[in-house]
Amino acid sequence: MSYGETEAVRGIDLEVASGEIFAFLGPNGAGKTTTVEILEGYRRRTGGEVRVLGEDPEHAGRAWRDRIGIVLQSNSLDPYLTVRESLELYAGYFSHPRSVEETIALVGLEGKADSRARKLSGGQQRRLDVGMALVGDPELLFLDEPTTGFDPSARRQFWDVIESLRELGKTIFLTTHYMDEAQRLADRVTIIAAGRIVAAGTPEDLGEREKAAATIRYRDAAGEEVSIETLDPVRELNLLTSAALENGEELDGLEVTRPSLEDVYLDLTSTAAGE
Amino acid sequence: MSGLALVGHQFRFDQKAFWRNPASVGFTVFFPVLLLVIFGTIFGSSKVEVRGTHVDTDTYYVPAIITMAIISATMQTLAMSLVIAREDGRLKRGRGTPMPAWVFIAGRVGNSIVTAVMMLALLALIGGLAYGVHFPWGRLPEILLVLAIGAAAFSCLGIALTAAIPTQDAAAPIVNFLLLPLYFLSGVFIPDDQLPSGIIHFADVFPIRHFFLAFFDAYVPGGAHVVDWGNLLVVAIWGVAGLLLAIRFFRWTPRSG
Repeated sequence: MSYGETEAVRGIDLEVASGEIFAFLGPNGAGKTTTVEILEGYRRRTGGEVRVLGEDPEHAGRAWRDRIGIVLQSNSLDPYLTVRESLELYAGYFSHPRSVEETIALVGLEGKADSRARKLSGGQQRRLDVGMALVGDPELLFLDEPTTGFDPSARRQFWDVIESLRELGKTIFLTTHYMDEAQRLADRVTIIAAGRIVAAGTPEDLGEREKAAATIRYRDAAGEEVSIETLDPVRELNLLTSAALENGEELDGLEVTRPSLEDVYLDLTSTAAGE
Repeated sequence: MSGLALVGHQFRFDQKAFWRNPASVGFTVFFPVLLLVIFGTIFGSSKVEVRGTHVDTDTYYVPAIITMAIISATMQTLAMSLVIAREDGRLKRGRGTPMPAWVFIAGRVGNSIVTAVMMLALLALIGGLAYGVHFPWGRLPEILLVLAIGAAAFSCLGIALTAAIPTQDAAAPIVNFLLLPLYFLSGVFIPDDQLPSGIIHFADVFPIRHFFLAFFDAYVPGGAHVVDWGNLLVVAIWGVAGLLLAIRFFRWTPRSG
């Protein structure tokens, strides 16, 4: 899959099961939007096979669009229409829309139903954006970096909305550059960097990596910092402490640390980008 | 919803958004009214010669400013609002829904044409009440015909023009830079008898001059004909050219970012 001069993504192999929340995680410029736009039918690919809801998005028609909802990377609202009007407008485009009032409640904008989009906060605008994608009652929802630029409370409110979609059984394809967002929301995560997939699995699987390697740090008798990377910290510690006891030495500042999921992510993505 | 019902649906919301937007109401509604009042007041009831007919200045300015208002409601409004919606990502987003592209365009053009008809009514009313230029009811069918051809042609030109406008910020300057000088040169702001013939020949290349003449003929009794097919044909040819350019170059995705 490529566009323009450079190949934006290559060898991407993904499968998203119906009813799951799938997070496509990667830093800015990794190729997330290119990939999602190919899946949404906005962008042509130069190669590879793509099937979304059983059809090739490049050639899919209105019936296919009736089954998907799209939230683009930036808000795309009519500033002069109210929340309710924006949803009514979009409901008219779809063959079996969800009720407008229900959608307003789903995205938590009950108090703002008659406010014009331009008067909403950034977080509220984003939730309206999601509402406009949901009002068609799609089977599959694309969310492209939905919480970029949010403050923590707006992000939490947004996550609650996505959690409630899980209960409705929607399939969600979420792109994000926030590890914590993927961890919190997704059933499965695929990490992309520099146009390639560098890791894939459930958030727990990816979490396994943290158990893989630990770092033991202490200062030896001479006061030198010692740092040992190990896959077997229990055994390593046992050896270390037994020797110290035998020799009557202290292990000043002894600590065992594991990389956080964030570290794993940063490590994976920076390695790929440095290639 | 069927295609036509969907156009009505789209149109209903476009109208709401249009009337709530101070920029579109200011440019499209208040500006022509202001110009009619200014020109009508300054030049009073002196006589001018247009198309070989001697008429009161006010009798000239009412159809002239209606011409301008129709172009403003169609070409100017469409060029600006479509560029803003394109750069906002609203056009791209709409393309991601089952709504057919033509429905969206038809809704917007419908919005423009309805606004143009409203401006005709408003300016004709002001012309009648304030300047004694009575609306020629007997010529209503001809007036509406000229309006329909002009509104359609200038709508196409407005949609085509979006392809030449790279950003939201560039929309108003580009549109005004194109239209304002042509209003002066085409005899819309300054009557024919005060324009050098070289300027009129230059303006004859563009559709504004021809639309103004066709509309003037339909609106002001005393001319050689009510419907000037020659001028209307030039306007229509420009419209078709705009349509072809729009089909070829119109884009739904933002150009910036």
